[in-house]
Amino acid sequence: MVTIYESKPVHETKPALSRRELLKRGGVGALLVISGSAVISPEHAWGLETSALKPETMATLIQMARDIYPHDQVPDKYYAIAVKAHDEQAGKDPAHKDLIEKGIADLDLKSGKGGYTGLGWEEQRVAVLRDIQDTPFFQAVRGGLVVGLYNQKEVWPIFGYEGESYSKGGYMARGFDDIEWL
Amino acid sequence: MAPPFDLNNDGVVVIIGSGAGGGTLGNELAQKGIDVVMLEAGARHEYEDFINDEWDSFAQLAWTDKRTTSGDWRVAKDFPNLPAWIVKAVGGSTTHWAGASLRFQEHEFKTLSTYGKLDGANLLDWPITLAELEPYYAKAEDKLGVTLTNNIPGLPGNNNFKVMKAGADKLGYKECHTGRMAINSEPRDDRNACQQTGFCFQGCKWGAKWSTLYSEIPKGEATGHLEVRPNAMAIKINHDASGKVTGVVYADKDGRLREQKARIVAVAGNSIESPRLLLNSASSQFPDGLANSSGQVGKNYMRHTTGSVYGIFDKPVHMYRGTTMAGIIRDEARNDPSRGFVGGYELETLSLGLPFMAAFLNPGGWGRSFTTGLDHYDHMAGMWIVGEDMPRQENRITLHADIKDAHGMPVADVHFDDHANDTAMRNHAYKQGSALYEAVGATRTFPTPPYPSTHNLGTNRMSEKAADGVVNKHGQAHDIKNLFVSDGSQFTTGGAENPTLTIVSLAIRQAEYIAGQMSAKSI
Ligand SMILES: Cc1cc2nc3c(=O)[nH]c(=O)nc-3n(C[C@H](O)[C@H](O)[C@H](O)COP(=O)(O)OP(=O)(O)OC[C@H]3O[C@@H](n4cnc5c(N)ncnc54)[C@H](O)[C@@H]3O)c2cc1C
Ligand code: SF4
Repeated sequence: MVTIYESKPVHETKPALSRRELLKRGGVGALLVISGSAVISPEHAWGLETSALKPETMATLIQMARDIYPHDQVPDKYYAIAVKAHDEQAGKDPAHKDLIEKGIADLDLKSGKGGYTGLGWEEQRVAVLRDIQDTPFFQAVRGGLVVGLYNQKEVWPIFGYEGESYSKGGYMARGFDDIEWL
Repeated sequence: MAPPFDLNNDGVVVIIGSGAGGGTLGNELAQKGIDVVMLEAGARHEYEDFINDEWDSFAQLAWTDKRTTSGDWRVAKDFPNLPAWIVKAVGGSTTHWAGASLRFQEHEFKTLSTYGKLDGANLLDWPITLAELEPYYAKAEDKLGVTLTNNIPGLPGNNNFKVMKAGADKLGYKECHTGRMAINSEPRDDRNACQQTGFCFQGCKWGAKWSTLYSEIPKGEATGHLEVRPNAMAIKINHDASGKVTGVVYADKDGRLREQKARIVAVAGNSIESPRLLLNSASSQFPDGLANSSGQVGKNYMRHTTGSVYGIFDKPVHMYRGTTMAGIIRDEARNDPSRGFVGGYELETLSLGLPFMAAFLNPGGWGRSFTTGLDHYDHMAGMWIVGEDMPRQENRITLHADIKDAHGMPVADVHFDDHANDTAMRNHAYKQGSALYEAVGATRTFPTPPYPSTHNLGTNRMSEKAADGVVNKHGQAHDIKNLFVSDGSQFTTGGAENPTLTIVSLAIRQAEYIAGQMSAKSI
């Protein structure tokens, strides 16, 4: 059973509360839950363990990733995988940890009382992102996503991209010229 | 003497680079019985080892050693350390290339006389004409097995081509077909026929596309006169007091410096590395670098006026299926200044996989305007613009003042600013491309900015007079008789056409010249 709490920005959260905190997803209704050092999606049966970044930071990063490259048909899981690299890098490089933690704290600060994830509409969150889009923090997150999100083989079918084709004999007999509507 | 050749063997021709220029020259010389050592900075991957995956293939083949950029081109902002998308591997960029193989038009050898003087452009006529090059174009087309030449049938049109063709018909374009492609439409020259795999840019795993890696180089090696040394990065060309070059210093696979002696040196490292090497070979006798009495080494860097147009339709296209670039419209390639610019451009089909599309559709872009485009990836068609850009002295390769590579060699800085003519041409092409897709029902089009340069040209230009350029009409340095340039950096101007067929034609012609000069003992 998951206890649902009011969403609070990371910099305001008391340690006790941050253990189990709901992060309300902007208007959509899917829920990410923080438990221990993990971000969990109870609905979709996946979780992400963090080791260097705070799990709350990771949850906000996931929302931020979706707001940067919003694809409504792509589940959170792939955004989570895409930003996971920041946790790994933060573990090796204190400067990177600082960049991300401070970046997220700043994002929350700029977002007002409920923090970034407390902003209900994508437009509201995007407005905050526009404000910081030239910062190294934003560029690090956005830049990492280009490969981190779109180079996941699992997301390719969602976009209709079929990937590797040599082992299937190319498209010679698989529709290289099957267009019919012209 | 059979390979491997001794480091002290000063009878060999040393070629630096194994791509379109170097790989062809090496085979041509070997066929004539001339001993060749080919130094190649990259590793050797045979075509079975190629990877049908954009980023993995990029990691396997692309040149990712550091370079820097400056200038007003968007690449300098979006990809500051990746000015060019070219290859570091045996076979050079002919592993990555798409195979479009076009001859230059007559006027493109005479741009100064045809276009007249243009402010901010360093136009110059080539020291050769189309007529002089035609016999070599014919040999090159036969060598590469170019479709729609030599009675070779054209490739079948894929989905992306069919959209282009339908739009071309609607706009009234007359010359639209599946292209002159160095890709087998039927088995030829020990190469398979194209299986429509759609990974031409990642190296053709069927070997259907011509590449020096599996066409020229094995043939040369079979003669017993060609030795290819992979993982051998040339750093400096040495010369003697008489001003003749004598050998090439290179870092071997373990990073150890060695010198291969040479009777002749031919530089074919592509248009960024070739001038970098000449500049880095400066000596007290040649303080500005080798072959640089004109001061033109590294200048007049060209990259073609490029850009892409993608269109989204309400029904599926699957543009990525099949040959990447087998589709062309040539109607805009003519010189017709009434369009607001001199020179012309080709429109060619192009497709990127999802990972590269995300990186290149609008680099730096984010938010819904960007992502709703990608959402319709399988409903997208794409084309590439490739047009003549203006040579400018300011667009140049220089040695970076501080940053050095792993061997201590200063990295290359690539400076590029668009000429007003380039911008006018690109905007015209964006309009035509969008109109074409809209004519077949596109609901949205994307004028996509140029990618890191795949066509790099002009930085050791050919000229009639020694004062105007670096090499003569045989690619021989004006200043040094036994030093040649054998790649696209020889181009005096760039033409509208993809450059490789011309690079190969020049290399075939250069091999004849070198063999002649050697037997006449003049070099
Ligand atoms: C994705 C892509 C698609 C393309 N499509 C087409 C097309 O359809 N049609 C067309 O005409 N052209 C196309 N091109 C361009 C074409 O590949 C190049 O114009 C051509 O290969 C250039 O030949 P080159 O000999 O100048 O250099 P390359 O083929 O790049 O070869 C240069 C070689 O020299 C090596 N080298 C560099 N410096 C050193 C050094 N110091 N020591 C040792 N070795 C060195 C490099 O590692 C490289 O292997 C494409 C290019 C790319 C990247
Ligand atoms: S489409 Fe044809 S040429 Fe291109 S990679 Fe596949 S088989 Fe090779």
